[in-house]
This record gives sequence, C-alpha cells and structure tokens, in this order.
Amino acid sequence: MSAVTTSFPNTVAEWQLPSRGKVAMAGLIVAESAIFTIFVVAYLFYLGKSLTGPTPREVLETPIFYTICLLSSSLTIHLAAKCLARGITFAFLGLWLFTIALGGLFLYGTAQEWYRLIYEHGVTISTNLFGTTYYSLVGLHAFHVTAGLIMLVTVAVFGLSGRVGVKQSGHIEVLSMYWHFVDAVWVVVFTVVYVLGR
Amino acid sequence: MSILKKSSTVRFLAQTIFLLLCSAMTVWASGPKDPSPHGTNIFAPASTPAKSIADLSVLVLVITGIIFVVVFVLLVYSVVKFRGRAKDAGREPAQVYGSTQIELAWTIIPILIVVVLFLATARVIHAIQDAPEPAGAVQVTVIGHQYWWEFRYPKLGIVTANELHIPVSDPGHPTPTFLQLLSADTDHSFWVPELAGKTDLIPNHPNRMWMDPQRTGIFLGQCAQYCGTQHAKMLLRVSVDGPQDFAVWVRAQQGPAVEDAGAIAGRRVFESNACMNCHAVAGTAADGRFGPDLTHLMSRVTIAAGAAKNTHDNLRLWIQDPSAIKPGSLMPAMKLSDTDLDAVVSYMETLR
Amino acid sequence: MSSNAITLPGTQIQARPWVDELHQWLTTVDHKRLGILYILSALLFLAIGGVEALIIRIQLMHSHNNFVSPEVFNRMFTMHGTTMIFFVAMPVLFGFANYLVPLMIGARDMAFPRLNAFSFWLSFLGGLLLYFSFLGGSGLYGAGSAPDVGWWSYAPLGARAFSPGHSSDYWTLAVLVSGFGSIGTAINIIATILCLRCPGMKLNRMPLLVWMNLVMAGMVLFAVTPLSAAQIMLLIDRYLGGHFFDTQAGGSAVLWMHFFWIFGHPEVYILIIPCFAFMSEIIPVFSRKPIFGYPVMVAATVCIAFVSMSVWAHHMFTIGMNSYANSFFTLTTMAVGVPTGIKIFNWIGTMWGGRIQFKTPMLFSIGFLFQFLIAGLTGIMIAASPFDWQLSLSYFVVAHFHYVIVGGILFALFAAFYYWYPKMTGRMLSERLGKWHFWLFLIGFHLTFDVMHIPGILGMPRRIYTYEPGRGWDTLNLIITIGAFIQALAILVFLANLVISYFKGDRAGNDPWDAWTLEWSISSPPPAYNFATVPTVASRRPLWDLKHPEDPDSRYE
Ligand code: HEA
Ligand code: HEA
Ligand code: HEC
Ligand code: CUA
Ligand SMILES: [Cu+2]
Repeated sequence: MSAVTTSFPNTVAEWQLPSRGKVAMAGLIVAESAIFTIFVVAYLFYLGKSLTGPTPREVLETPIFYTICLLSSSLTIHLAAKCLARGITFAFLGLWLFTIALGGLFLYGTAQEWYRLIYEHGVTISTNLFGTTYYSLVGLHAFHVTAGLIMLVTVAVFGLSGRVGVKQSGHIEVLSMYWHFVDAVWVVVFTVVYVLGR
Repeated sequence: MSILKKSSTVRFLAQTIFLLLCSAMTVWASGPKDPSPHGTNIFAPASTPAKSIADLSVLVLVITGIIFVVVFVLLVYSVVKFRGRAKDAGREPAQVYGSTQIELAWTIIPILIVVVLFLATARVIHAIQDAPEPAGAVQVTVIGHQYWWEFRYPKLGIVTANELHIPVSDPGHPTPTFLQLLSADTDHSFWVPELAGKTDLIPNHPNRMWMDPQRTGIFLGQCAQYCGTQHAKMLLRVSVDGPQDFAVWVRAQQGPAVEDAGAIAGRRVFESNACMNCHAVAGTAADGRFGPDLTHLMSRVTIAAGAAKNTHDNLRLWIQDPSAIKPGSLMPAMKLSDTDLDAVVSYMETLR
Repeated sequence: MSSNAITLPGTQIQARPWVDELHQWLTTVDHKRLGILYILSALLFLAIGGVEALIIRIQLMHSHNNFVSPEVFNRMFTMHGTTMIFFVAMPVLFGFANYLVPLMIGARDMAFPRLNAFSFWLSFLGGLLLYFSFLGGSGLYGAGSAPDVGWWSYAPLGARAFSPGHSSDYWTLAVLVSGFGSIGTAINIIATILCLRCPGMKLNRMPLLVWMNLVMAGMVLFAVTPLSAAQIMLLIDRYLGGHFFDTQAGGSAVLWMHFFWIFGHPEVYILIIPCFAFMSEIIPVFSRKPIFGYPVMVAATVCIAFVSMSVWAHHMFTIGMNSYANSFFTLTTMAVGVPTGIKIFNWIGTMWGGRIQFKTPMLFSIGFLFQFLIAGLTGIMIAASPFDWQLSLSYFVVAHFHYVIVGGILFALFAAFYYWYPKMTGRMLSERLGKWHFWLFLIGFHLTFDVMHIPGILGMPRRIYTYEPGRGWDTLNLIITIGAFIQALAILVFLANLVISYFKGDRAGNDPWDAWTLEWSISSPPPAYNFATVPTVASRRPLWDLKHPEDPDSRYE
C-alpha cells in the first residue's frame, strides 16, 4: 500500500461554490456587527448613569434629514449595482456619484451635530458618560461611513476613467453589501441614541 | 517499524498517574480531619455557608470521580486491548463508521448527570445567597483599599482595620455576621476559606456576604482578587470571639484614643506631619481616611494587613520605611529623624 | 510501510543566497510558508513565555522568597498569560490551519493570500509591541516596565489612575492589533473552506479538521470582536479621557468583566477546537479505523460553539451576581460537558476494535485524552458556582486551566507536530527523541499541575508573589517548581528534535503514516502549487478509496 498515485476519479459533473468575495464580506459584516453590538450594549448600559450633565434629552436633536439621506443611499447603490450588472455603465456612474453625495451629506450632518455639541453645549468625549458613549458609538459609525466613502470614491475614480464595466460587477456587489451594512447599523444607532436614548 | 512493546508503556503510564492521584487524595483527605489551628482549608468549614459548600463539593467530587473512573477504564481498556500486534501488521481492522444507539446512550446519560449536578448546585446557591438577614445579625461594612482592609460596624460605631472581630454564632441563638462589601479603589476579594466562599469588593458595585462561625478562634484568609503591587500582602485575620469577649472588644473599640501624657511629644510629631492627613485617631485632630484608623492600633496583633507582627521593632521599621516590609504599599516613607521616629512609635504604642 | 517513494524536490532545496531566501520568506503569500512562519513565531514566544513561567515558579518555590520584586513578579504573570494565549496558542493553531486546510480540501492556496500575509504580520507585530513595553513602558523614565495588570486587565486597575505610564497602552494595542490579525485569518479560513473545496468535497465529506477549523473561525468572528471593541473603549479611556471603565465617574468595573469574558470564554474553545481537530485526524489513522460517528462529531462541535457563547459569566461567580444568574451560568457551563463528552467517547469508539500503533503522535494523543478528561471534570467542579466561590481566583483554577491548556492543547499540538512535520519538511522527527520528549513532558506536567490543585484547596490565591510560611503550601510549591523544570527540559528535547531532524531525519516520502486525507497524496514538502491537478473526491477518506479500490468508503456514506 505504499506508492499512491495521484490520479483521482473524475466524476463530479458540476461543482458550484459561493463567491469568496461575498463570503468574506459576510464574515466581515458578522465581525463588525459584534463590535457594534458591544458599543450599543455599553451605550444602553450607561443611559442615565452620568454623574453630571448634560443629558441626551437636553442636547440631542433628531437628525431626520441626514438619516433619510443615508438610508436612501442604500437604494441608489443597489440600483447602481443593478445597472452595472446589466451593462448600463452611464446610469451606474450617475447613481454611484449620487450615493457618494448622499453619504457625504450624512457625514456633514454628523460633523454639524458634533460642532454644535462641542461649541454650544460643551459636551466632549470626557465630559461625562453620555459624552463618552455618544461620541464613541456615533464616531465608530461615522468612521465606517468614511471608510465606505473612501472605497466608493476609489471606484468612482476608476469608473470616470472608464475602467468599471460588467466584469467588475461582482466586486461592486460586494462593496454595496458593505454599504448596506453601514446603513443598517445606522438604523440601530439611530434607534438607540435618538429614540430610546432620550 | 510500527508496533512497539506497548503494554509495558501503557502500564507505566497508568501506574504513574495512579500514584500521583493517590498522593493527592491523601493530602485532601487528611485536611478535614486534622485542620491546622489557623488553616485555610476549604474542607475544614467552621460556618454554615462554608459547610454547605463543602458538602456540595464532596458530592460533586464523588460524581466527577465516578465519571473519571468509568471513562478512564474505558480508555485504558481500549488502548490495551486494541493495541496493534506484530502478527496483523499490514491488515486493516474492520472499518466501523458509527452507531446511532451508542451515540444516543452517551448523550443521554451525561444529560441526566448534568441535571442532577445542576439541581444540587442550585439548591446551595439559593440557600447561601438568598438567606434572609435575621434581626440579631451583626453588620459590618468592609471597604477594600489598595492593600488593606477597613472594617466599620455602623450600628456599633466602630471603625477598625485588617483584623475583623465577629461573635461566634450558637445554632440555638444564631448571631450571624452580614458583611457589606465596598471598594475604595480597585477590585478586591474577601476570602476566609473556612468561614465562607469569597466575594469581590468592586467599586460602585456593593456586594453582600454572610457567615455564622460555630467555633471561636483565629481564621486566616486573604485578598483573592488581584488588586495591584501588594495584592499578596493583603492578608485577613478574622477573630471569632465568644459572646463575652466580643462584648469586651466592642466596648474597648468604641472609646476614643487613650490620652497618655507620656506620649505627648510623639503625638505632636504625628500631628505636625502628614500622618494625620491619612490616619484617624478618634478624639484627636487626626481624621485622615486614606490609611487605617489607628485609634486602637495596639489592639491588633499585626500591622499593615498582616504583613508583620505588631511589635515595637516592626512598628518602628514600618514608620521609618514601609517598603522595607511591604514594597509598593501606599504609605510613603516619612523620613523622620530618629528622635521623632522614636517619639511617634511610643505614641503609637499608647493607642490601645 | 514507510514508503520510500522518491520525493519531489521542495522549493527550498535549490541553493540560493540566504538573503534571497530570507526575502522570499518575509514577502511570501504562500499559505504553507505563512503557516510555518506562524508556527515559528509561536515557538519563539513559547520559549519566552515559558521562561517567564520559570521565573514565576522560582519565586514561588518557597515562602518569603526574594528572587524577584513584587513589581517584576506581577509583570511576569501578566506577560506570561498574555504571551501564551495571544502569541503562542492562537498563532500556532492558525499556523496549522493555514498549512493544512487548503491541502486537505484540495485547494492551491487560501482564498486571500495577501490578507493572509497581512494577518500574520499583524499578529507578529502585536507580539513585538507587547515586548517593546519593556523598553517603552513608562516613557523613558522607568525602562523595564511591562504591563502588570493581569491578562484580564480588570477595570479599574487598567485605567490611567491605577496604571499610569504606558505599559497598559502597549498591552491594549498589542491585543487589539493581534485581534485584527485573528479576525482577518478567520475570514480567510471561512472563505477558503466555503469557496475553494475541490470537486466532490461536499460539506459532509470534509475532513473533521477542516470542519472544526471552520467552526473555530466562526467563533473568532463572534468572540474576538467583543474584545477588540472593549480594547477600543479602553484606549478611548486612556487616551481621550473617556469614562467607560472609570469607576470614579460612574463607569462600571463589571461591564469590563462581561466584555472581557464574552471574549475570554469562547476564546478557550477557539483554542481547544483545533486541538479536537488534530485528535480527530490522528487517532483514526493510528487506530486504522475511520472516525466513529462523523456527523455526531460535527454536530457536537457546532453545539459546543453555540453553548459556549452563553457561559462566560462562570468566570464571574464571585462578583456578586444574583442567584438566578449564578444558577443559569452553572447550568449552561455544565451543559457544555455533554457535547464534549460525546467527542471523548467518539475518540474512544474510534480506538475500539482498532489496531493501535503507538507512534509518538499517538502517544501524545492518548495523553491528551486522559488529561483533557481530568481537566474537563475539574472544570465541572468549578462550574458548580458555590464550589467556585471557594476555588475561584485560587491555584485550583490555575491548575484547571493549565490542565486543559498544557495537558490538552500542548499535548495535542505536540501530536500534530510529530504527525505533520514530515509533510512540512520532508523529514521524519526522531522517534527516539520523541519518546524522551513525551515521557519527560508527561512526568513534568503531572508533577506540576496535578500537585497544583492542592494549594488551591488549601486556600492559596493566584497572582501572589509571595506567601506566609506555615500554611502547608511550601512543599507543594517546591514540587510544582521542580515539575516546571522537567517540562522545560522536555521542551528543550523537542526543540532539539525539530532542529536535528530537519537536517538528519529519515526521508518521509509522501505518506509516511499510511493516512487517508489529501495532503498525503502529494510530495513532502508539497510544491508551491500544492496539487498539479486538482483532485476530485468521492468520500471522506479519498486516499483510502485509492488504496482499497475493492472496498471504498464512498460505498458507505
Ligand atoms: C482550552 C481551554 C479550556 C477548556 C476547554 C475549558 C473547559 C472548561 N472549563 Fe475552563 N478555563 C480555561 C480554559 C479552558 N476551560 C481558562 C484559561 C480559565 C481561566 C482563565 C483565567 O482565569 O485566567 C478557565 C476557567 C474556568 C472557570 C472559571 C473559574 C474561575 O475563575 O473561578 C470555570 C468555571 O466554571 C471553567 C469551567 C470549564 C468547564 C465546565 C469546561 C468544559 O468545557 C469541560 C468539558 C469536559 C468534560 C466535562 C469532560 C468530558 C466529558 C465527559 C466524560 C462526559 C461526562 C461528563 C459530565 C456529564 C459532566 N473554566
Ligand atoms: C497557552 C497558555 C499557557 C501555557 C502553555 C502555560 C504554561 C505554563 N504556565 Fe501558565 N498561565 C497561563 C497560560 C499558559 N501557561 C495564563 C493565561 C495564566 C494567567 C495569567 C494571569 O493570571 O494573568 C498563567 C498563569 C500561570 C501561573 C500563575 C501565576 C500567578 O497566578 O501568580 C503559573 C504558576 O505556576 C504558571 C505556570 C506555568 C508553567 C510552569 C507552564 C509550563 O507548562 C511552561 C513550560 C514551558 C517552558 C518551561 C518553556 C521551555 C522552553 C525553553 C526552556 C526554551 C529556552 C529557549 C531559549 C533560551 C532559546 N502559569
Ligand atoms: C499618604 C498617606 C499616609 C501617610 C502620610 C502616613 N500613612 Fe501610615 N498608612 C498609610 C496606608 C495606606 C497604610 C496601609 C498600608 C498597607 O497596609 O498596605 C498605612 C499604615 C500605617 C500603619 C499600620 C496600620 C495597621 O493597622 O496596620 C501605621 C502604624 C502607620 N501607617 C503609621 C503612620 C505614621 C506614624 C505616619 C506618619 C509619620 C503615617 N502612617 C503616615 C498611609 C499613610
Ligand atoms: Cu486586594 Cu488583592
Ligand atoms: Cu470559561
């Protein structure tokens, strides 16, 4: 039973496996969800436990407009990916840029809010537990939006120079998975910070 | 080639391990019967919580012991019985892939064992944790500090350190002691094995535990949760007193510090140095709370949370340079001159 | 049966200037080389962490010993624990996974080779960062100050107020960075297994090693990430003045404990499951039988993974949870014993009726079974929360977890080393040195860790740099220390074996153990591309089918 030849029976007709890009992105999303969960738990745990003011009720305003921006960007990126898959590169580019604009607008909204909190209400990350948990959670999300935007812009640059076509639509789909995830997280963060948290 | 003289190998393995286990068991078994006077053996309980834990532990040990023996025998049997032999080299044994019945058996039996273990455990958890506090209970607030213990008796108006005094509890008229556990800085854990299991002292997280010692004597223990450099020398002494002795002790502790004209120089040194910022002496201006209360220092057998015996020389050394006894302790070396040092030590020695 | 078939020359045999060779290793994206790099870096850190353990043991040899100062002692156990968990156990297991998973599923590399290299270097960098704390711990003032907060860094001890200087910063950064590396590797393993299996390798035909690494990688995603999140919070506290774990500002010490153990407990299963994987490959081959109850083994693994996500607070029985929480965590913790028991029984079932060959890998495997049984049972003891109120934070717990980690993980790893070293290097490890290694380590291990249970029962807390005489702990500690040195000797024999056999060992041939999984169908060491033609499989034991065309496995599955 010594020398084994390396010829294996060749019987399997069709052999389909999932795309590794999607699987990896799903894995990343699971991991990121766990990170966000911990931050959300910390936020909820510390609600109302600050020893000094101000409280969220006093200083937070619900960012409805910017939320709508971010959520609708999920729709636009979805459509963009669809267009690309069908080969309508022009529509893809338009929708893609629109997505970037919506994401950028959202970040601007966060920046506005932070500016107001810091300069009008004097709440910083070290003011009290609310400050610590608020900036950490919203900041972690904003960080993800920023990371997403950097990737979106990279694609846009390639797209504008005509290098993104149907062939890339697999990659684009993976990227849009990430963007959808960032949006979904916002729904949770929004609920926790602006609805339950006040 | 493949097959070795395995049976001797296997037997040696079994014997070594068995011998080790036996020696371990002898030490365990000798514990309960012959507790050293100030032991910290968890199988020599002297109070109800420690006792119910020890009983549960024996049950758990027996059940896990039986599991061990059964599985061990199976393992040794299969290793010895099914060792490869020279004569069948080259031929493969029957290829067996599994058996649903057997799998079911060794799923269900362990489940039943787990249920038994769980029920027995849950009973003890409930009995210890949910015990109501009777009216006659002694209350003590324990505050963990980096490397020493503060004990306050809110109802009796006593503040002391490092050596806890509690009354013995006669099962007929129980006088258990209920401890409220707080921390002034990092996490600590209160552990006197023969009186009760341990419970942590955590900042912002008050805890509770109780004990009702049924024997008088000194019980040792120590801080069990890592709390910093000198975690090792954060020792505990619990003196379980008879009712009379306890009453005497309480009365002595309730009084202010003894005024002793002979120690006036030392007192002046104490009050003109930073000592009084950290230490309290009842009846004087000293009311610092960072260090142990010194009002009745001389009623304690040890200093610095059990790091040294409370003798003249140790006291002197301690005040001169605490890190000589307990490196890393939070009391600074006060750099007193020799005369001041001697004066302050004699003052300390008047604080009965 | 040791087939002396001619081996294909491995890639590294051609003479090349050593700088080129080094450059190749440092820039490699080949899963086999990265696997070996992981393993080598883990061995390096094992030696360091082991020396730290020896320092701990010398100090505790007898009461009131003055070998090191309390500060140094506290750094030693912190560095020992952190090093061993994050920079020995995790990397070495990832190393084996990296090396073996693609080979066993008939793939040419991992799904993302560059991510793979990146993850390795992250984790290695984490180790360097941790040890850099010896230089940078307190700025330039207190050179030589490493973290001393214990491997859990409980709040508020790890906060600025109680841990000034930078030593704890190095600790969090090291753990965070290596954590990112682990997450990267986990994603890579999952993608590789799900997307790169060779034709015919259905999920229910994957070798158990592959299955268990898949489960392990899944657990990493759920378990290491909470730790990363908690470390980010700690960094926010330490650098930006946040208050997550600042008890002075209303922060909670208990929250950190929860976050840490939500990681910490699944972590120990992340470490043990790949060892179960080794056992599930090695025991069948040396018993000459297929694994008993393959589907049950898979189900039990998945079950362990799930249940172990809900047992974390058994590390917190002493923090004053209410009686319901204590009961709940007692129950879930004990419940893990059921699927784990199933595995032990299945391995015994595999040996049952077999023809066991006592080669060194099998000796270590039997040692594993025996020790893991005891370790699991002491785990059950401390899972009974009242029992744990006595034993927690004592040397009994230290004994429990070294029993699992050294008696379990290390034994399984040694088995894996002896088993796959021929594949990795093309040379057999010396059986003679192997037997020396095994017996010495076995004796040293039992001397150390059997005895270590007793001081715990006699009330000796862990993490103390010294103790009072007269408590009955002195002799026991001396024996423990002697045992540790015997272990050190055994490990030196092992390291010597690795080096000597690399140059002088017998040629291994493709398939020295007459085994059944795909990695043994190719040369040792495998060529860079692994498989010249991608294999197709029809059963769980493709090589069995090839060797026994008259009675292939595919007929029974
Ligand atoms: C690889 C590592 C590993 C593994 C596999 C385990 C497995 C288990 N561990 Fe352990 N444990 C650690 C590593 C590990 N542990 C570490 C590192 C620590 C401490 C960290 C620190 O504090 O620094 C720790 C601490 C620890 C504690 C906390 C102690 C304390 O700090 O107070 C507890 C308490 O419940 C515990 C329990 C268990 C249990 C029940 C198992 C079970 O999974 C065991 C299951 C196995 C069996 C039960 C044996 C086989 C089963 C049978 C033969 C079937 C029949 C059995 C029954 C029906 C019961 N462990
Ligand atoms: C993978 C995990 C792992 C491993 C393998 C070990 C292995 C060992 N451990 Fe460790 N240990 C932990 C994980 C591990 N430990 C953890 C997590 C803690 C808790 C830390 C904390 O409380 O924060 C701990 C704590 C701990 C303590 C308690 C410290 C305390 O609470 O005060 C002790 C005490 O004896 C100890 C001892 C040992 C010994 C003797 C070994 C031996 O098995 C080691 C044997 C190995 C060697 C001896 C190396 C030999 C190598 C050489 C000699 C090579 C030399 C080479 C060159 C010079 C090039 N360990
Ligand atoms: C900065 C605070 C501080 C100052 C100043 C200070 N101490 Fe202390 N002292 C402590 C602390 C903290 C301890 C407990 C140390 C330990 O056990 O780890 C202590 C312990 C003691 C003890 C032992 C008490 C016991 O019950 O075990 C004595 C006696 C003592 N100090 C005397 C003095 C004298 C005398 C001075 C002044 C010359 C002084 N201390 C100054 C903080 C201080
Ligand atoms: Cu206090 Cu350890
Ligand atoms: Cu655990």
